[in-house]
Amino acid sequence: MSPLIQLTDVRKIYNLGEVQVEALKGATLTIDRGEFVALIGPSGSGKSTLMNTLGCLDRPTSGSYLLDGQEIVSMTRDQRAKIRNSKIGFVFQNFNLLNRTSAIENVELPMLYSGGISARVRRMRALEMLDKVGLGDRGHHHSSQLSGGQQQRVAIARALVNTPSILMADEPTGNLDSKTSKEVIELFQKLNQEQTITVILVTHDQAVARNATRKIVLRDGEIAIDTTDTQLAQETLNSSQ
Amino acid sequence: MRLLDSIRIALRALLKNKMRAILTILGVVIGIASVTTMVSIGQSASMLVQSQFQALGTNVIVIFPGSQRGGGVRQAPVQTLTATDSRAIAEECPAVLASTPLVGASGQVIYGNSNWSPRDMFGVGEDYPLVRNWPLQSGGFFTRREITSNAKVCVIGQTLVAKLFQTANPLNETIRVKNIPFRVIGVLAKKGASMVGDDLDDVLLMPYTTVRKRLQGSSFNSVNAIMVSAKQEDQMVEATDEITQLLLERHGISIGQSADFLVQNTTEIAAILGIVTGSLTMLLAAIAGISLIVGGVGIMNIMLVSVTERTKEIGIRMAIGARGRDILRQFLIEAVILSSIGGIIGVSLGVAMSTAATMLINYSSSGADWPIVVSIPAALGAMGFAAMVGIFFGYYPALRASRLDPIEALRYE
Repeated sequence: MSPLIQLTDVRKIYNLGEVQVEALKGATLTIDRGEFVALIGPSGSGKSTLMNTLGCLDRPTSGSYLLDGQEIVSMTRDQRAKIRNSKIGFVFQNFNLLNRTSAIENVELPMLYSGGISARVRRMRALEMLDKVGLGDRGHHHSSQLSGGQQQRVAIARALVNTPSILMADEPTGNLDSKTSKEVIELFQKLNQEQTITVILVTHDQAVARNATRKIVLRDGEIAIDTTDTQLAQETLNSSQ
Repeated sequence: MRLLDSIRIALRALLKNKMRAILTILGVVIGIASVTTMVSIGQSASMLVQSQFQALGTNVIVIFPGSQRGGGVRQAPVQTLTATDSRAIAEECPAVLASTPLVGASGQVIYGNSNWSPRDMFGVGEDYPLVRNWPLQSGGFFTRREITSNAKVCVIGQTLVAKLFQTANPLNETIRVKNIPFRVIGVLAKKGASMVGDDLDDVLLMPYTTVRKRLQGSSFNSVNAIMVSAKQEDQMVEATDEITQLLLERHGISIGQSADFLVQNTTEIAAILGIVTGSLTMLLAAIAGISLIVGGVGIMNIMLVSVTERTKEIGIRMAIGARGRDILRQFLIEAVILSSIGGIIGVSLGVAMSTAATMLINYSSSGADWPIVVSIPAALGAMGFAAMVGIFFGYYPALRASRLDPIEALRYE
């Protein structure tokens, strides 16, 4: 069986007028199903670019990205949108829920864009998902009426409602206190272990990264180290700072 | 994504920001309402102008008898027109509304101890009020029967009422013309002065047969003129041609021979009328067009602001799988919903405003009698235009929304 993610010599060059910035300088990477990966690196290291590329939000300048055996680099915007909808779930630092919209409606949103799911089924699945993240009784609350941790759990429910193969989390605990952070990370671990969802976590927080089984440290647009050893990852990170 | 879901999303998005939605709708409402009002009032004014011109006789054609040429010798004018010609014109010319013979008379009119010489004394047919578009204020007009029986009845104008009767009711009173008693059976409505200043209400009308037989003691069947009205102003030329053709035929005049009659119409006045109403319509159409464009630009403006304001939302939707066309559709549907609601409200408001405005004009200036016109084509056109404005002016902002880069959009605060 082919790996879930196969990245080969992926480069990303941003053209800022006269200056060209090379955010990714040829990243090669393989991630299998069921892994829990942390992308670590200081700001400007290219971890956001890598995450956007892996999340099919952005297209690399060159290289190859096979997701589930499908080449993403040559896809159109609409094709990538479809991949994002069906295979990837996003969780963001600032939750990115639609405001003035209830939790249920937020969770229903990805199903709306998949099409062919009746309103009744959408509602049912949204409620089920909210139940799973422990918010079954908060479905009709608007995001402004929920705490940060609750909002992030709604976002996780939204990310998981289309049963994606990858859960991408960009600094998911960045806006949360340490106790809630721990809960969210535990939820990720549970999802990873019980439902074998591949989790890719972008963070600069060592404490968060420790929970991942595999750590990829980025530095100046290159992969500095790819290890399961927390200690080694930390040393590499520290030496680059 | 299904259309129904798109509509639902658009509706939810609109309801989330009611104030913005209401303001956008308001812009459309003002545009559409002003169009409907303007066009309705304009049509009302144009109808008023038209009816007033008609009262002056823009659709009237007069046929005079002419001299007959025979063998190069010009003969004295002969009386060539008859009442039968008049009837034939009314019956056989499709562009003709009505026709009446006209016999001139003059003399003094006596009632009690007052007397007066009317400016116009005519013997006419029963269709005279129709030809002149001149309604009666009271009483009735003489009928075909009274004409065939040379009845001694008459209808008088407002000036005669004032001169002879002062405040008394003239109906069924008897006046004398050349010592012949005439019973007043009707009073004409006030017409005012003609374009050259003649008092049109200084008139006495009698059956043309009575004038011929009793006042003039003539046994001739001829009349002094035939007065004809065309069905529409723009049928004047058509009617003139038809009448000429018919009379040439009836009088047995072949091609090449000169006619024994003269057809005179008021095409010049009709042309002026055409220019007046035409430019009025043009002016109103221009104003209406401008207000619609203003309304449309208003929609575009708010939609553009809305797209910018909702960049983040668009980014979130794109990240979780909305395609460009899903976003385009959502914003387009929003624009169409807003403009359609605005259109419906605008048309209703426009109808109400034009009715109110017309009533106000009639109330505030005495004597004004603007017809209340609700222009259905203008209303329907404005509604259709509203939806089109939504699509047209909503398309650009929607397209911009759909082309956003999801990463940029997500980063937007």
